[in-house]
Amino acid sequence: MQLVLFWIFSLLMLLFAAGVVLLRNPVSSAMSLVLAFVALAAVFVTLDAYFIAVVQVLVYAGAVMVLFLFIIMLLDLREEKSRRVRLSAWVGGGLVIGGFVSALVQVVSSLPGADAVKPVVSDPEANDVALVGFALFRDFNFPFQIVGVLLLVATVGVVLLSRKELK
Amino acid sequence: MPTLAHYLIVSGLLFSIGLAGVLLRRNILIIFMGLELMLNAANLSLVAFSRFNLLADGMPNYNGQVFVFFIITVAAAEVAVGLAIIVALFRAKQTTHVEDLNTLKF
Repeated sequence: MQLVLFWIFSLLMLLFAAGVVLLRNPVSSAMSLVLAFVALAAVFVTLDAYFIAVVQVLVYAGAVMVLFLFIIMLLDLREEKSRRVRLSAWVGGGLVIGGFVSALVQVVSSLPGADAVKPVVSDPEANDVALVGFALFRDFNFPFQIVGVLLLVATVGVVLLSRKELK
Repeated sequence: MPTLAHYLIVSGLLFSIGLAGVLLRRNILIIFMGLELMLNAANLSLVAFSRFNLLADGMPNYNGQVFVFFIITVAAAEVAVGLAIIVALFRAKQTTHVEDLNTLKF
C-alpha cells in the first residue's frame, strides 16, 4: 500500500516537474510547478515528515508560487517561440541524461544500506511538530535567529531593489 | 515498502529535470523555477535520510528535517531577492530572454 502511494505521488511529481520544463506558456509552467510541489509534500507524508509537508505547501506552493505568478503577470510574458533543435543537440543531450541516470542508479544501488526498508519508529504516535520544534529551538536556536536576520536583510534588499530609481 | 534507494533515485530524477530546465529554457523565470526544483530534490533526499537513519531512541533523526526547514526559509528569501532582480533587469532591458542579456559576456 505504502509502495503504491509512493509511486503514485512520485510519478505525479516527476510528471509535473517535466511539465515545468516542457510547457511553452510561463503561466502553465508555474501552475505545473505548484502541482509538483503539492505532490512532493505528499511524498514527504509517506516519510512521516508531516511538519515539513505542511511547510512545503504553505511556503512553496503558497507564498513562493504566488510571487512567481505576480511577476509573470507584471512582466506580461508571452509564450516562448519553439526553436529548431539540431540532431546533434538531441544526441548530445540524450547521452548526457542517459549517462547521468545510469551513474545515479549505480551509485545509489552500491550505497551501503540503500536497500533497507523503512525502519519502524519506537513511538508511532509521537507528535511530529513538537519533535521538530524541540530540535529547532533547543539544538538549533542560534541558527534559527540568524535565519530571522537573513529574512530581514532579504526584505530590506527587495525593497531597495524595487525602488523606482535604481542607482 | 519503499526503500531508501527509491527515494534517492526519485530525488536524483527530480534534480536532473530541474537541471534540464536550467539548461534548455531561455526564459529567465523558467530557469529560476528549475533552480527551485533542484533545491526541492535536495530536500527530498535529506528528509529520506532523516527517516531511514533512526537515532538510538528509535525516532527519526530530526536534524535532517530542521536542515530542510532552514533550506525552505533561505529559498523563500532567495526567491524574493531573485524576482526583485529580474524585475529590475526587465525595467532596464525590457526582456527576460537570457540570450539578450550579454552585457557581461567576454
